[in-house]
Amino acid sequence: MKLLVCVSKTPETTAKIAFTNNDSEFDTSGVQFIMNPYDEWYALVRALELKEQLGGSVTILNVGPASNDAVIRKGLAIGADDAIRVNAEPKSSLYVAKQIAAVAKEGGYDVIFLGKESIDYNGSEVSAMTAELLDMPFISYATKMDIDGSTATIEREIEGGTEVLEVDTPFVLSAAKGMAEQRIPNMRGIMMAKRKPLKVVEAVEANDLTTVATYTMPPSKTEVKMIDPENMDELVRLLHEESKVI
Amino acid sequence: MVLVYAESPRGQIKKSALETVTYGYQTAQKMGVDCVAITLGNVDNAAQLGQYGASKVYNVANESLNDFDSQVVTSVLAEAANKLGATVVILGHTSTGKSVLGRLAAKMDAGSVPGVNAIPNINGTFSVTKNVFSGKAIAEVQVNSDHKVLSVMGNSLQPEVVGEDVAVETLDVSVPASKIKVKEVKTIDGEVPLPEAELVVSAGRGMKGPENWGIIEALADELGATTACSRPVADTGWRPHHEHVGQTGVAIRPNLYIAAGISGAIQHLAGVNSSKVIVVINKDPEAPFFKAATYGVVGDLFEVVPRLTQAIKDFKAS
Ligand SMILES: Cc1cc2nc3c(=O)[nH]c(=O)nc-3n(C[C@H](O)[C@H](O)[C@H](O)COP(=O)(O)OP(=O)(O)OC[C@H]3O[C@@H](n4cnc5c(N)ncnc54)[C@H](O)[C@@H]3O)c2cc1C
Ligand SMILES: Nc1ncnc2c1ncn2[C@@H]1O[C@H](COP(=O)(O)O)[C@@H](O)[C@H]1O
Repeated sequence: MKLLVCVSKTPETTAKIAFTNNDSEFDTSGVQFIMNPYDEWYALVRALELKEQLGGSVTILNVGPASNDAVIRKGLAIGADDAIRVNAEPKSSLYVAKQIAAVAKEGGYDVIFLGKESIDYNGSEVSAMTAELLDMPFISYATKMDIDGSTATIEREIEGGTEVLEVDTPFVLSAAKGMAEQRIPNMRGIMMAKRKPLKVVEAVEANDLTTVATYTMPPSKTEVKMIDPENMDELVRLLHEESKVI
Repeated sequence: MVLVYAESPRGQIKKSALETVTYGYQTAQKMGVDCVAITLGNVDNAAQLGQYGASKVYNVANESLNDFDSQVVTSVLAEAANKLGATVVILGHTSTGKSVLGRLAAKMDAGSVPGVNAIPNINGTFSVTKNVFSGKAIAEVQVNSDHKVLSVMGNSLQPEVVGEDVAVETLDVSVPASKIKVKEVKTIDGEVPLPEAELVVSAGRGMKGPENWGIIEALADELGATTACSRPVADTGWRPHHEHVGQTGVAIRPNLYIAAGISGAIQHLAGVNSSKVIVVINKDPEAPFFKAATYGVVGDLFEVVPRLTQAIKDFKAS
């Protein structure tokens, strides 16, 4: 099994969100970055489990600048065999997907794993784009996956339930909670990661069809109204008369 | 022309599809063009989409469209958009819509904006807003391509009746064979799924154990609400995984979110802070959740929650 896991770099979940350059750019000063949790906890770990079970290799792919190498090394420390970084600023989803598709075409992978969504831009669109560019089936929001020969059985989230389906390799999958359990890299993994290959490749030509014009903060909430715990009739009255939600 | 894909899971048009058509209609009005809707597979009462502003409703009837495959749906929608001359295609930001949006953007070489929360601004340029950083900020995204695809965040607007039923026309487009075999569909009956729920009752570690959830379910039943929980509660198996809301769980934006025994960690807030009204019940007056709340109750949830259930019962009786 040749498995490819696409990982993105996102601000740490408690990072302060602020903008610069006339509110047109995310202010990265003082922000810690991590591997996107869906990519790390679910996609990468399930890929490693499948490799341990079936043999083969797990390659990490990131589209980003050299400053992303620390995040990529963490993926290698958790257990991936090697990594590829497309040396480019990931400015829009379609741009990133075109880079991933170019690498995936070259490599002939059996399964291409991505995360459910990146926790910064909350796009949830790179995976579907990648699948279309590769003309492959796409299984979104997978919560379970097993492979027998070249056929995978997958459970995925749908509106109001789950669906079980079968698909043959190669295909693209986006991983959601349930796929696997988070793995913490150990000392040996961290040491080995330093010697694992990280190949840097140049980007293919692609345009950005969307650009962010400005960022704004959501309107701040009104001051909280405290209600006497003995008087729930008052709360119900406010929910009905003031907020009109019941 | 604006083309809206109105989803019909298991043949039923749901409220989210009506919101999407309303969004498409208002966008088309701004652009000075028509809004048409398309449904796939066997659908009950597709004619009603006319009431929400579709000047025409098309249906692509084909048995194989009853099972969902993003590759097949994308091919059908792209061909339909091309045939009808649509430049803007609008989907719902549901698990189905999200699985199609990116594919369709790649296929049509269109700029896409997932999860839009307001009608686009159109004057010279085309731009539209969406939540980013889990609701901590809003981005205004400019779409620079001729073709555009958007998915509409649930509960961003209310469906609005502006017209009457229209006749449903069959549209002739090719439907490729699916490479996916759907073996089984399991639906959670009785409850409105979390992403669509307008009222949500949620609880956290303050509940002490799964055996105590009866009071949460009683409150949810009384309200007709859907239940949710914090992440540690799902991780320890007190509640099923699909109830986990927050940054790494389901993101929701109901009209009312009631949180009992949840501290309000930043990762939890990330998935719920777009709710219209938030009620927080916590015995610790310093719990960070109170800062994000509309109404706060400092008290023991084991007393407050049953009292609230009773108050709602009394209110409904009066
Ligand atoms: C990368 C990352 C992602 C995460 N994603 C999520 C996510 O998606 N969703 C999520 O929920 N969490 C997430 N978390 C975890 C989050 O940081 C918190 O740990 C979690 O939300 C806490 O859950 P809780 O509020 O139920 O429990 P606690 O923090 O333990 O809070 C329990 C609360 O109950 C109150 N309480 C106790 N007894 C009573 C009583 N009798 N009556 C009233 N109140 C009482 C306490 O005062 C306390 O405030 C994430 C963490 C990380 C690091
Ligand atoms: N710059 C990137 N490099 C590699 N993979 C990425 C990148 N950005 C996004 N992805 C992948 O696409 C998934 C969905 O991202 P998004 O569409 O931005 O929500 C992520 O979970 C990653 O697996």
